Amino acid sequence: MKVKVLYFASVREKLGRQAEELELPAGVATIAGLRSHLRARGGVWAEALADAKLLRAALNRDMVPPAAAIGAGDEIAFFPPVTGG
Amino acid sequence: MKIAVQAGDFDVGFEIRNISKNSKIGAVASFVGLVRDVAMTLEHYPGMTERAIAKIVEEAQSRWQVMDCTVIHRYGALRPNDQIVLVAVTSTHRGDAFAACEFIMDYLKTQAPFWKKEQTPEGERWVEAKLSDDKAAESWR
Repeated sequence: MKVKVLYFASVREKLGRQAEELELPAGVATIAGLRSHLRARGGVWAEALADAKLLRAALNRDMVPPAAAIGAGDEIAFFPPVTGG
Repeated sequence: MKIAVQAGDFDVGFEIRNISKNSKIGAVASFVGLVRDVAMTLEHYPGMTERAIAKIVEEAQSRWQVMDCTVIHRYGALRPNDQIVLVAVTSTHRGDAFAACEFIMDYLKTQAPFWKKEQTPEGERWVEAKLSDDKAAESWR
């Protein structure tokens, strides 16, 4: 299935990437699964997505926990804990 | 209800007058956040930001008697003493206005997708999220 993945703030800078369209293999069905899948690319990917405590995710523009299920056409974003206000 | 995510500045007096025109309103509580000490750039997630703030405001409306509410949050390059954020809430009485205003601010700190990058004399650095902000948001549960 195809999804769109966005990266923000320090995560975007570490990865040197803002957005990508991805064809996911069967078996990648949650936010946590997608994170593992991306980390398997190695290098900065393994590093920037390493610490779950310093990572937040949004699914179709709503903040979600790692166990959230993802589906075809979804927009997923990874970013550090927010610091607005 | 007005929610705006914008690069430009805002006029607090104008915004407060704008939501205070109903004669049933007895109280307006507002909070303005300012840039402290160092220049910064604020990044956000266009499309999600307004939605996240709207959800926070809806939650506040379900908990307190809120008549109207304005939230404005800026992004882009900001200098020391610049205004960053405005939360203004109107209600019949002050208790609900104060509580809703503080609740919206506390949740915005942990739920709205903004990230601050400071320009310090030693170079640029991303501001790290504070545990105390998570605690403040959790205290409303």
